[in-house]
Amino acid sequence: MLLLSFQALSLMENHVKNDYLGGHLPTRLKGLDDALCGGIPFGALTELVGPAGIGKTQFCLKLSLLAALPTSYGGLDGCAIYIDTESKFNSRRLIEIAENSFPEIFHLKGMAQKLAGRIVVLRPTSLTEFTESLQQIKLSLLQHRVKLLLIDSMAALLSNECEWDQKASRQDSLGWHMSFLKSLSEFSRIPVVVTNQVRAQSSDYASSYPFQVHVRDQSIRNSERSESHLVGALGFNWAHAVNIRLILEAHSGKRFIKVAKSPISPPLAFPYFVSSSGITLETDNGIEVAGPDINTIRCQGMVLRIP
Amino acid sequence: MEIWSLPFSPSQRAKLLSAGYTYLHSFSHLSPSALAAGAQTAWDILCEDRTMNHITTSCEDLDGILGGGISCKEITEVGGVPGIGKTQLGIQLAVNVQIPVEYGGLGGKAIYVDTEGSFMVERAFQIAESCIQDIMDKVLQTDDVGVCQENLHVNAILANIFYFRICSYTEQIAVVNYLEKFISAQKDVKIIIIDSVTFHFRQDFDDLALRTRVLSALAQKMMKLAKKFNLAVVLLNQVTTKCTDGSFQLTLALGESWSHACTNRIILYWKGNERCAYLDKSPSLPLSAAPFSVTTKGIRSVASSCKRMRTT
Repeated sequence: MLLLSFQALSLMENHVKNDYLGGHLPTRLKGLDDALCGGIPFGALTELVGPAGIGKTQFCLKLSLLAALPTSYGGLDGCAIYIDTESKFNSRRLIEIAENSFPEIFHLKGMAQKLAGRIVVLRPTSLTEFTESLQQIKLSLLQHRVKLLLIDSMAALLSNECEWDQKASRQDSLGWHMSFLKSLSEFSRIPVVVTNQVRAQSSDYASSYPFQVHVRDQSIRNSERSESHLVGALGFNWAHAVNIRLILEAHSGKRFIKVAKSPISPPLAFPYFVSSSGITLETDNGIEVAGPDINTIRCQGMVLRIP
Repeated sequence: MEIWSLPFSPSQRAKLLSAGYTYLHSFSHLSPSALAAGAQTAWDILCEDRTMNHITTSCEDLDGILGGGISCKEITEVGGVPGIGKTQLGIQLAVNVQIPVEYGGLGGKAIYVDTEGSFMVERAFQIAESCIQDIMDKVLQTDDVGVCQENLHVNAILANIFYFRICSYTEQIAVVNYLEKFISAQKDVKIIIIDSVTFHFRQDFDDLALRTRVLSALAQKMMKLAKKFNLAVVLLNQVTTKCTDGSFQLTLALGESWSHACTNRIILYWKGNERCAYLDKSPSLPLSAAPFSVTTKGIRSVASSCKRMRTT
């Protein structure tokens, strides 16, 4: 076992020298890119979590396009691997987003085919298939110049498995996948984006420590409201493991994308809408969300349709 | 007179022999504390403690409840929910330990063991820059500006943070074993941060008893390092839920046995819209809480006016 130590300085110099675009995949949503110091970071696990129909798949489709675009247009000029566990990937929608976002490129002859050809879609139907595909991906990473790995969604695979009834074995399996994805992203210096579902806050949801007496009393009074509180489906372990967490939620008649967990960003929320060119921010000035509200997931007042 | 002929019990005789005493005259003049190798009187320890070093957290309130900052020669565990600021505190400490002695720091180096990939170099750069700026602001009041500018540079600070990326629990154990050699070679390492100590131990272990043994061995090694090299050890931990009296509450991960291993424990939590730190375990300080905030400059007090704004 070789133990390597790096000086933080040499880490930075390596990133600046070797990573495309300074180690970030720009999402073309200016406010979000600014908040994330350039975009979705390489070598880290980014999570997109939100209720059904809010736009996670749309965001993923756009990201896969951006990875395929040539560097002259701000892309990564490489392949994207899209692991689609819920059969949500829709090529027509992909082309629609492409034509509306980058009309100048897509009208070039053969460009649509070239770029769509760079997006590899895998559809594992079980957790074992998924695990196998991940291992194969590791082997082919260098050969095919893969620049982005998207998993849409992680939660579906784990919740579908009948044999993984016990919470413990599900957690173990999740743990293995977490470690694998992290090491994959770090050793090949690519961004890994995973989407997560939501579920209702269950009765065993804990929100305070033993020394916080007054908070506990308050939460007993608030327990009737818990049905409207949503939480990420994969639990605390997963929430700790992801490096960047982007929450998509709906309230007050609008949709918001929030930077809920990020070592390099302030807690900002951006209102957005889904359009023909994917996701568009209403404004590049994010709203600063103080306190633990940045972590809440709300789904109120919107009729969400899956396009 | 040889030991064999003296009326010692077999175990006592074995201990004396293994310590190297074979004749009565070799130890008859020694005091009890000298015979018990490494023992110190309480007075000696008190004198040492008075000179104990603390690493500032850059938040006065937090330093206040910690008696000046994170103490050297002790293991401090820091836990909290995702996104509360554990990694931020870790990076801040890795930078603050390098503050030169003349400006109130330890002038030492830092080891950052990253098990989750949360260390982002860009953020360390930001925090280092702000730390230098704060020192310069203080120094402007005296005449040493020129000297200060020469000696403090962001790249130098980043160069003194030794970063290990660990991908499994076996690597984690290996790195802890390796650190003694590394620190002896490097010299001047004053803080070891493990972010987080929990990650690899939460999923790969079926046998919890084994996990407890491995973790306590790890804690003992860290304690030995802390005492031998007079450095601070900071272990970042995650949270889990625990059922007490029918209700579910948050608690730090890794179980009951682990909670004994650390000297000090700080829990970071949300109080309304504010981040707070609660000193949950300390051998000498009262249990208390202090608010803190995470800003573009790093960890700071809540009273400071530089709230964390988006970076441009």
